[in-house]
Amino acid sequence: MATDLHGPVTPSAGTGPAAVRVSGLTRSFGDRAVIDHLELSMGQGEFVALLGRSGCGKSTLLRVLAGLDREIAGEVFVPRRRAVAFQAPRLMPWKRVWRNVLLGLPGRPDRARAEEALREVGLGHRTDAWPATLSGGEAQRASLARALVRAPDLLLLDEPFGALDALTRITAQRLVAELWQRRGCAVLLVTHDVEEALLLADRVLVMDRGMIAYERTVGLERPRDLAGPGFAALRAELLGRLGVEGAVSGARDTPETDGGPPRQPASATPEANGGLIRPTASDTPETADGPRAAPVSA
Amino acid sequence: MSVSHAPPDTSLPPPLPPSLERVVPLGSRRSWSPRWLRRAWGPVLLLVAWQVASATGVLRPDTLGSPGAMAATARDLLADGTLPSAMLVSVRRVAVGLLVGVVAGTGLALVSGLSRLGEDLLDATVQMLRSIPWVGAIPLFIIWLGIGEAPKIALIALGVAFHLYLNVYAGIRGVDPQLVEAGDSLGLGRWGLVRHVVLPGALPGAMTGLRYALATAWLALVFGEQINADDGIGFLMNQAREFLRTDVIVVCLVVYAVLGLVADFIVRSLERLLLQWRPTFTGQ
Ligand SMILES: Nc1ncnc2c1ncn2[C@@H]1O[C@H](COP(=O)(O)OP(=O)(O)OP(=O)(O)O)[C@@H](O)[C@H]1O
Ligand SMILES: [Mg+2]
Repeated sequence: MATDLHGPVTPSAGTGPAAVRVSGLTRSFGDRAVIDHLELSMGQGEFVALLGRSGCGKSTLLRVLAGLDREIAGEVFVPRRRAVAFQAPRLMPWKRVWRNVLLGLPGRPDRARAEEALREVGLGHRTDAWPATLSGGEAQRASLARALVRAPDLLLLDEPFGALDALTRITAQRLVAELWQRRGCAVLLVTHDVEEALLLADRVLVMDRGMIAYERTVGLERPRDLAGPGFAALRAELLGRLGVEGAVSGARDTPETDGGPPRQPASATPEANGGLIRPTASDTPETADGPRAAPVSA
Repeated sequence: MSVSHAPPDTSLPPPLPPSLERVVPLGSRRSWSPRWLRRAWGPVLLLVAWQVASATGVLRPDTLGSPGAMAATARDLLADGTLPSAMLVSVRRVAVGLLVGVVAGTGLALVSGLSRLGEDLLDATVQMLRSIPWVGAIPLFIIWLGIGEAPKIALIALGVAFHLYLNVYAGIRGVDPQLVEAGDSLGLGRWGLVRHVVLPGALPGAMTGLRYALATAWLALVFGEQINADDGIGFLMNQAREFLRTDVIVVCLVVYAVLGLVADFIVRSLERLLLQWRPTFTGQ
């Protein structure tokens, strides 16, 4: 795996082989399109953070990328080995924590493997507990361990640090960063925390009205520091993008003016429902690296 | 020292603001007696009242004998071997009927719970049959199956199967879809999902079904044995009715009750073992 992709700065992440390629993705509930002609690509080993207001469709996008939601239109390519840590921990209440961690792994993985993963998230002392007896943050960390133990090529994290106290949160963030560095998997992290996004990600996306409304490459040196140079400016910029709706859309993202592919009529791919998520072992390299800080239009 | 206010007076507890309320720790309300003692005093009181009523002549011996007389009858029945052999026959009937009913009910529930095709084929039929009062089918069973063991076991199995079907089916359909999705994302296949997610999730429902089924099984046994039998507890009771032996009837009823309690205890233990992952409300 391309671990050498992780230089201090990875502006070229998009030029390597793609880990995720999504084009023209639409997902509707009823006649409301929660995801509307969304375009997204992630390079192998790229760490992308996804921001956006509550209810804008981040979890929905994650479920699509995980291959769990196939009632979609558009093209989605993702690696075969994916792991998800859901917004809610979703541990099987009838399995002890360590069995939850090993659930679904091929073969007969031994308990030590689960214990190691749990120790990494600071749950070494609770391996034998029933999930119903875990605290909210503990359950979330167990769910994180369950995703990490799978050694995926694409790791999908849906607000995995939401229920953690400040200290545990920093530890968990560091853990995810370390694992990412070590394993070189692509990570898509959904978060509401701009600082977290800037600390961890190569690239930050802002989702709005069913599309990636804004994209920003984070060119800061790693390891990053909240007080580091450039951090405050980036944070202010992103907060501005998140905060005022008029300012964001008014800036410059009328889809037609941009260089992206023309918006396809929804009827162009109606028959292509269901089996569209295809594992991409032999995917074409992703070369569409236009101006990275420009909004990606659908 | 430049303390401007008076030092606190430690001899008096500070006055409480009227809006506050003390949270009483549970430990200080610890009960004054062990659980089993509190559970036992109801039955004991009943026995004492019965004995008193018999001794004072309020309860005449030909209506209902005294507890002492009952104990003597029970001892006689045990000593000459009638009661043990009758119990054995009845317990075997319940066990076989229960087994057949549990297997059939659970099997049908799995078919219609796990597959939409199975549901379409089975569920409506089972729901329709369920609304027939099964006791009413006894004459049919006798005509079809004769008067041997078969109709009694069929009766028990029928009552049991419906309870299991309904509860296991509801349990399967009540499994949290988010957990199924999580299992899916972890790479579990169809069989893996059934084994690790759906069936454990349906287990609480299945246990409820089993308890209902047990109660029904004893009921069906009583019905079955009252109508035609030449052995078993029901037969003993029928015989006693002809000789107006209320004491034997009462002893048989007590035996039914004890067997029911034992069965319930077994299911409870099973539940404690299988559902230990579930934190339950245990009362206050
Ligand atoms: N199964 C569903 N049926 C109908 N509407 C749905 C369904 N799932 C999600 N939605 C709607 O789609 C929208 C996007 O949901 P999603 O869970 O993706 O939001 P989100 O961006 O993850 O929000 P949050 O930050 O609060 O988690 C919401 O308005 C939600 O109500
Ligand atoms: Mg969400």
